[in-house]
Amino acid sequence: MITEIVFWFFAILTIGSACVVVFSRNMIYAVFSLLFTFFGVAGIYVLLNADFLAVTQIMIYIGGILVLLIFGIMITSNITGVDIKSGQTGKIQIFFAGIFSLIVIVGLIFIALTTKWYSAVPSAEVYSTIELIGKSLLTNYLLAFESASVLLLIAIIGAALIARRK
Amino acid sequence: MGIGLSHYIILSAILFGLGIFAIITRKNAVLVLMGVELVLNSANINFIAFSKFNNLKIDGHIAAIFVIMLAAIEVAVALAIVLNIYQNYKHINVDEIDNLKD
Repeated sequence: MITEIVFWFFAILTIGSACVVVFSRNMIYAVFSLLFTFFGVAGIYVLLNADFLAVTQIMIYIGGILVLLIFGIMITSNITGVDIKSGQTGKIQIFFAGIFSLIVIVGLIFIALTTKWYSAVPSAEVYSTIELIGKSLLTNYLLAFESASVLLLIAIIGAALIARRK
Repeated sequence: MGIGLSHYIILSAILFGLGIFAIITRKNAVLVLMGVELVLNSANINFIAFSKFNNLKIDGHIAAIFVIMLAAIEVAVALAIVLNIYQNYKHINVDEIDNLKD
């Protein structure tokens, strides 16, 4: 019972603030409601027994990516608050884009409801996933882990090189 | 009725559609990036939901960790490109950035 209440709370929080992100004309409102979207997704992760990923989501998305996005909006908008050039596309394009994304949503929901998923819920004993993730990262996924760190280094160097003032 | 796998898949499908809509209709490059973030988050929800409903196998969590890491990389590089575009054009409207070389 309490699980359902928490699920619906976080689902409505996520979808509602994602709607504000998508439909708001004000860029500052959009970027700040993205915070609530990330927070709601972190709550969904907690419901799915992914404690480490919930904390990672809050630390990296809210602490890193969202700050970078706010930084980008602040530095690239000419007028504080509403940017004139942030206006959306024409009515016809919005109409067709809405039709397209509605088709995507309905198709995905249709597939999700008609497929018979293999579903084995873990036993009621709840344990932390951190130990499992750590062991798995350093045994099965060691090569991917190390190459990801190299990729991160290269990307940071490349970003600094691109953004440098000539 | 309890919360099953299909609830999470439907949630992530709606989030995915909203992200696609933002990517298509937004003109500001940073707002397009926010749409990409929504799409990546919906993919992550799917990964973790399937991981839990497959007896909490940890492979889905690993995939989600790599997705989060790639999202961080993508935002860093994309914001560097956006700042560079802003220095050249004085705006970041993706519809009007159509020069290969000035």
